[in-house]
Amino acid sequence: MCGISGIAALSARTQISEPDVRRMLPALRHRGPDGSGVYLDPNGRIGLGHTRLSIIDLAGGAQPMANEDRTIRVSFNGEIFNYIELREILLKAGHRFSTHSDTEVIVHAYEQYGDDFVQHLNGQFAIALWDANRQRLLLVRDRVGILPLFYTRQGERLLFASKIKALLPLLSEAPRISPATLDQIFTFWSPHSPNTLFEGIFEVSPGHRLVLENGQVRESVYWDWCFPEQGEYLTGSDAELTEQLYELLADATRIRLRADVPVGAYLSGGLDSSALVALIRRHSAAPLKTFSIGFEEKSLDESVFQQQLVEHLGVEHRRVFCHNRDIAEDFPATVFHAETAILRTAPTPMRRLSGLVRASGYKVVLTGEGADEALGGYDLFKEAKIRQFWARNPRSEWRPLLLKALYPYLETAGAQAKTYLRNFYGIGLDHPDQPGFSHLTRWFTTAQCKVFFSPELSAALREDAAAQLTGQLPPAFGRWHPFNRAQYLEAKTLLGGYLLCSQGDRMLMANSVEGRFPFLDHRVIEFANRLHPRLKMRALNEKFLLKRAMAAHLPREILERHKQPYRAPDIPAFFSAQPPAYVDDLLSEEKLGRYGYFDAKKVGFLLNKARRGSVIAYKDNMALVGILSTQLCHNHFIERFSQTISEMSATSR
Amino acid sequence: MSIKQTIRRYVLENFLFTDDESALKDDDSFLAGGIIDSTGVLEIMLFVEETFDIKVEDEEMLPENLDSIANLVAFVQRKQAVAA
Repeated sequence: MCGISGIAALSARTQISEPDVRRMLPALRHRGPDGSGVYLDPNGRIGLGHTRLSIIDLAGGAQPMANEDRTIRVSFNGEIFNYIELREILLKAGHRFSTHSDTEVIVHAYEQYGDDFVQHLNGQFAIALWDANRQRLLLVRDRVGILPLFYTRQGERLLFASKIKALLPLLSEAPRISPATLDQIFTFWSPHSPNTLFEGIFEVSPGHRLVLENGQVRESVYWDWCFPEQGEYLTGSDAELTEQLYELLADATRIRLRADVPVGAYLSGGLDSSALVALIRRHSAAPLKTFSIGFEEKSLDESVFQQQLVEHLGVEHRRVFCHNRDIAEDFPATVFHAETAILRTAPTPMRRLSGLVRASGYKVVLTGEGADEALGGYDLFKEAKIRQFWARNPRSEWRPLLLKALYPYLETAGAQAKTYLRNFYGIGLDHPDQPGFSHLTRWFTTAQCKVFFSPELSAALREDAAAQLTGQLPPAFGRWHPFNRAQYLEAKTLLGGYLLCSQGDRMLMANSVEGRFPFLDHRVIEFANRLHPRLKMRALNEKFLLKRAMAAHLPREILERHKQPYRAPDIPAFFSAQPPAYVDDLLSEEKLGRYGYFDAKKVGFLLNKARRGSVIAYKDNMALVGILSTQLCHNHFIERFSQTISEMSATSR
Repeated sequence: MSIKQTIRRYVLENFLFTDDESALKDDDSFLAGGIIDSTGVLEIMLFVEETFDIKVEDEEMLPENLDSIANLVAFVQRKQAVAA
């Protein structure tokens, strides 16, 4: 894993200078602590930067890398897991290789296939490729958004990098937080790609490529989640499909064990990470080390299940324990690495976890993200299914009661529960075919946090975030099965915009650890997308086919366990004891007023409630964490803009 | 402060995060208005039990008792009358 960066000229009179290219590198140092390199085009049309974390071909993989006649230059972050097979194919086609690195495969694959080379890659990547013959820059990001790639236009230059922070030293002034993106985060829990928290700074969206040629930037989609439109699901018996899924997962795992350094795994105690560890154990003889998080709050802690698996699978296990005060103290650094506002503290323990991995001498971990999206695991999918079922007979008294099986806390509402169910989960029941139906309850609850927006911020909002998102869905979306629509929305909001970045790559890379995600192998996703929804969720039994595929390899308790979402304490992390000084400071009337995003008086009432310890509601937790993280972003990247830049360059010397 | 003022102030500050009296009418439904969710019901019950020294029975957890300022005030008054 690595960091990439670069600057491209958008007009003939612009010249790129090497010092500018080098100014982007300090912010990328922890993505690539093992070395760095710069390439500057002799005509000053482009400069590429690279910081390296060595994992494959430790000796030969220095970047930016060139082809034989030096007309193609590549700066690459990520892994091409099928590089061995691709290399064979390219050798047969007459290409000559001078290293064993996966980067060189990209260079020759581009020569062979042009822009479509990306279709041949199985992996996670962000690539900047300069074709000197065609005077053309190509920026490509992996299919689901595992690795980051940001860009902005600054005068007549296009700046791009693995981190927003790497763009900052070249900006003439501090960036501004985008009101529209805040609206999106306080609706979907994530920015709506390609937006980032900052105005004018964008990401290359997952599955997209960007071409810069003759001063023009063109964007195109090369891959997307897509589902059968006319019932053309995979045929075959359950047993056959189970076998096919197992074989695919086994291969996806096998190629992700390729590395010249030892590979570990995260083990949460849930089905997905357990399945993964079982697959690794079956297909690798090497001793395996696994890692997990423990919490002081019993309802969040999964240690009992982790221990059960450790014994069953015979792995060597290490656990990092996360106290409430650790989360409160670490939260500013979490936000600094995430470079965005977040509504959960859950990324913070993930950074501790990657710290444990690194301290144990590991640079690579396999992890189970993506199984819930691809194979149908989320409670939200169940909820949507029940609400669809209810919508067919909206007057039914007992249909909505099925939701009680899903959310046991509804019992605490006593006889009010029925009214509550009708009022809350009945949202959109009269139009179950509307595009966002599956996510209305989440979006509605989250959007209530916008009550804290200042009048100025609210006034700056033009278009409803949900309407904008549902207005940009692919044309086929409406022809997909409702279950598949829910999957798509989940992949496009939470997976790409939060789980893989704020809670994934950014927290891994903060400690120079690379995550690998077998469930997000595009062959697995493409296979899963063609499975009939009943093979994902049979009645209300989630990830039905995955459980069958793993039945022979996991203890029954794990297969039958009620799914527990990964969560960390939110408000209690800050307020169960005296909060750290920065909390009171950033949430003071003065700072709230000066930064201008939130209504200081309203936040004051929320703070009173938090200090009393009487906050229970989900949305209050999201609101407080969202407000605090927005304030932290303003503090890190806007108020302390110059200091942040000079501190980054000072620590890298 | 009267029972009604106490309850109004609590609901305004803790669920609407405001001291603007016009933000909530006495007969506005908490549930229908999205003012409280099912966990909010629990917060309100804890509040009335602690503040007014009453005990809410399971079968009393009904919208008729808890779902607006007016309903809550009437409910607390009835409970206090029984206890007195």
